[in-house]
Amino acid sequence: MTAIGHHTPDAMLAAYAAGSLPHPFAVVIATHVSMCEDCRAALEAHQAAGGVVLDETAGEALSERLRDRVLGHLDDAVEDTPVHARTGIYPAPVVAAMSGRAPRWKALGMGVKQDILSADGEGSLRLLYIPSGQAVPDHGHRGTELTLVLQGSFSDVTGRFGVGDVEVADEDLEHTPTADEGLPCICLAATDAPLRFSALLPRLLQPIFRI
Amino acid sequence: MARIEAMITLEIGIARSGRPPSAAVVTRTLRKERTIPTPSEQTGWMIAVRDRRDRAAFCALFDHFAPRLKGFVMRSGTTAAEAEDIVQDVMLSVWRKAHLFDPHRAEASSWIYQIARNRQIDIIRKARRLVPEELAEPPGTEPDPAQIVAVEQETGKLRAALRRLKGEQREVIEKAYLGELSHQEIANQTGLPLGTIKSRIRLGMQRLRHELKDLEE
Repeated sequence: MTAIGHHTPDAMLAAYAAGSLPHPFAVVIATHVSMCEDCRAALEAHQAAGGVVLDETAGEALSERLRDRVLGHLDDAVEDTPVHARTGIYPAPVVAAMSGRAPRWKALGMGVKQDILSADGEGSLRLLYIPSGQAVPDHGHRGTELTLVLQGSFSDVTGRFGVGDVEVADEDLEHTPTADEGLPCICLAATDAPLRFSALLPRLLQPIFRI
Repeated sequence: MARIEAMITLEIGIARSGRPPSAAVVTRTLRKERTIPTPSEQTGWMIAVRDRRDRAAFCALFDHFAPRLKGFVMRSGTTAAEAEDIVQDVMLSVWRKAHLFDPHRAEASSWIYQIARNRQIDIIRKARRLVPEELAEPPGTEPDPAQIVAVEQETGKLRAALRRLKGEQREVIEKAYLGELSHQEIANQTGLPLGTIKSRIRLGMQRLRHELKDLEE
């Protein structure tokens, strides 16, 4: 495996630490950090900065009984929440986003498939499956799009992206990601706004596929 | 510095003998001497909670962090009563997840900050926040005092850098880490210098990776 060359922007790690990222982006960041020690160290550095800020704040007076209330719960039996483990090419946060199931691929044509994991006011999060040599339909998008490679690789005008790499595309980028030779390319893609396709037909299909 | 060394000596003593000295005594001594706990005291309390389920140490952490957590949570518009529910939830998570605390990578304040963020988002979203895979320290791992001290020193430098910032600049950094800026707004700011602490944390991870490898062999 080649080293990760395209990392997440530092400001996004800071925003993740602070809890300020829309959900779809937060999942991409959590997944990339699970694959990249440099970004994990950078995230923990931001958490250190957050800890210092927390430690330096004045604080609010507590109601008298809060401490006893908390101490009274220390021995409570706690239900084990399911912890999702990495499964194959899917790091734990992606498995959690699928609630532990396998991907449910829906064909988009030309062998391209997707599984929408979430789509709401915060944006959309989906898995994309692109057969080698195949292009994702040319599309622009409003807002920002993050694409993290989980298997194979893709290339577009900005470069080549392999496993663990993240492409950050803003709305000015009209790009045609094409899967490279080898394994089909599987990506986790997040937007903070719906995608729009450049070609007429896919745009008509957009409401149907919710992309 | 003497205090840090004392704590580290204590840690090594525990690791070697397997017999912890009375943590309650240690905690009481620390509390008598200082009203504002130093980061290494906080880390010592976290370790006492993690390794010995020490309630006195937990109370010390509570007294320091709970009011700050309440203020932190209220900054995002939560009412005082709801904020206390979240503080309760966060402090119980600190108690229950203590086995994941690793002083080679984080001070107590960093770790508690992260738990608070995750729990608050869980509650707002009514679903568990998706977090990175854990890199937990295997039980029985020998502490590396030099690494623990290094992380504390680097965090101390961050603290000093924050204190040096002028009013408005400092306010922006506080707002960013307390969750009051959008990610676009954060992108437009120049942050604190994180370079050296990042490489220290990276070393802590490498150490952990070696430990995990030994465990598999």
